[in-house]
Amino acid sequence: MNASPPNPELREVHGPSALGGGRRRFVDLLWLMSVTEFKRVYFGTVLGYVWSLVRPLMLFAVLLFVFTKVFKVGSNLPYYPVLLLTGIVLYTFFQEATTNSVSSVVAQEGVVRKTQFPRLVIPLAVALTAAFNLSLNLVVVLGFVLAWGVEPSWSWLLLPIPFALTFVYAAAISMALSVLYVRFRDVLIIWTVAAQVLFYATPILYPVEAVPETYQHLIFLNPLAPIFEQVRVWAIEPGAPSAIDVVGGAAGLLPAAVIYVGVCIFAVWIFNRDAPRIAEEL
Amino acid sequence: MPVAATAIEVEGLRKSFRIPTHRVDSLKERLVRPFAARDYRELRALDGISFDVRQGEFFGIVGRNGSGKSTLLKLLASIYRADAGSIRMRGRLAPFIELGVGFNAELTARENVVLNGVMMGLTPNETRNRLDAVIAFAELEEFIDLKLKNYSSGMLVRLAFSVMLEADADILLIDEVLAVGDAAFQQKCADAFREMKAQGKTIILVTHEMGTVEDYCHRAMLIDDGHIQHVGEPDEVGRRYLRMNFERSGGDASGGVEGDSDIRMLDARIEDAAGGRAASVEHGETIRLRVELESKREVAGLDVGFIVTNADGIGVSQLGTTVGGKDEPVGAGRHIGVSVDIENPLAAGRYFIHCGVSRAMTPDVLLYVHNCVDFVVFGGEARGLVELEHEIEVVIGDGEGSDGGGSL
Repeated sequence: MNASPPNPELREVHGPSALGGGRRRFVDLLWLMSVTEFKRVYFGTVLGYVWSLVRPLMLFAVLLFVFTKVFKVGSNLPYYPVLLLTGIVLYTFFQEATTNSVSSVVAQEGVVRKTQFPRLVIPLAVALTAAFNLSLNLVVVLGFVLAWGVEPSWSWLLLPIPFALTFVYAAAISMALSVLYVRFRDVLIIWTVAAQVLFYATPILYPVEAVPETYQHLIFLNPLAPIFEQVRVWAIEPGAPSAIDVVGGAAGLLPAAVIYVGVCIFAVWIFNRDAPRIAEEL
Repeated sequence: MPVAATAIEVEGLRKSFRIPTHRVDSLKERLVRPFAARDYRELRALDGISFDVRQGEFFGIVGRNGSGKSTLLKLLASIYRADAGSIRMRGRLAPFIELGVGFNAELTARENVVLNGVMMGLTPNETRNRLDAVIAFAELEEFIDLKLKNYSSGMLVRLAFSVMLEADADILLIDEVLAVGDAAFQQKCADAFREMKAQGKTIILVTHEMGTVEDYCHRAMLIDDGHIQHVGEPDEVGRRYLRMNFERSGGDASGGVEGDSDIRMLDARIEDAAGGRAASVEHGETIRLRVELESKREVAGLDVGFIVTNADGIGVSQLGTTVGGKDEPVGAGRHIGVSVDIENPLAAGRYFIHCGVSRAMTPDVLLYVHNCVDFVVFGGEARGLVELEHEIEVVIGDGEGSDGGGSL
């Protein structure tokens, strides 16, 4: 029995890391963790999936009432309810992914401290679980969009781009937050507030053209703003100002792009730096 | 005997921990006192460890608490990263640092087994193929789709152990998991380890239990204070380990820094009826064990325990008592005499008594003396280990009782 398998090579062991233990195992673990977590939420409670839809829908109903009946911001926009729902569902994904992942690494303390586990799987699995929720919610949104009379369009095929951009951004922030939380426990509170602020700093409640021009540039520093605007143009209102129109030329998007890339690089850097020592810090 | 290939090669391994004297847990603290985090105390856990383990070897790593053995284990398991030095391995290593790590109470046994298998480096398909075997070994077929939160602790342990056995790694790294569970479960563990040993797996066992090392290991390594003290025959490592412990707890004042030296043993003996030292006790006569301890510092309470083993190293019995308590601490410099009178149902043979003293209600071992005294039992009819106190009743029926009574 001893000699039967071909003897593998003597290989250097490098200790824990973000990816550690082979690419295939990383992908297997990531997939399995997010699927089981998703199933747990889906089948775990009596109403299962309904709950993950109820929250954005409630928010939607309240905001729709406030902004069409009280403030009348949206009452002169034909597609306001559709825009609002799409924006809320997409933002709910962003918020869910990032907020849930903050404490994820700490919550998986046992795994981190007692097994060989690629650390990056933990926050990414949270983001991926949120993405599964998003794709289910988008089915509901699609129904609503069609029912409201939005014409299907070829530009829908471009939608994976803004969705993917949102996912990557959410995943990057999840990585950074989860590893920062190991050392600084107030990250959770700070992020809860920040996520709230970002919601208002993204054109969801209001169309971007309703914002005074001087502030439009400020709002478009938030990388989510041009992404959401592009979803609006491609999915619902081809006539709405595109992200490039808003900032007056592609160069105007540069600050947002720099912030986007900067956040991603920072996330990868800090996660890589701290991953080997998470077990010691916990 | 052909020399097997190297399975693990460790060279010049170094690891220290920075223990912040003041922990900075919030951003505010970091902002208010930006340099506070610089107050570190360097703790050198491992300092230049080098050793090899051959394929198929059962290798023991022994050391007291705080000797660095757990750090070494976590470095081997890729949980910590070394500061310097290298670890090279042949094949896949599965660490078993605790049973059931990564089990999710909200998931079913089926999902947990698959998840755990992938965590240990199998592919999802491999784990699914092994699922039935795992569940069968744990004898949990009926509960496969039950969420773990509804499992009893016994079922959980069985499942965890079964998952571990199925990992099928080339190298197994085991940390005292043997120490969990009831006697029946420990027996199952022992059988499983014997089997793995027979299969020629490379196994590294980290423990402070010398008996286990002597029972299973081909070779052992003693580490203390982050240094290798000795690598070699388990017997020799065991002797050195015990001598080291004895010296620490014994007379000389050099060990005064460690908590281990709060208690020392002055004497341990078996007495005869007249109060003199005895080397043997007749079967059926009371065994009078007398142990004298001295407290060097005030301790809140002590658990004093004795293990009786026979010449084969098989544990016959454990005895123990608690001295003092929270409300009545044992003062410094006090003399503690422990007398144990044991009825002697033991079969003839040689017996050893090992003594352990720990802080009451904690696993904090202050003193452990292996073979603090031994004695010979002679006489008696008993075969086996002990003579069980018993009554035997035999009923022989008269043969015509057609209505029931014919139990024999």
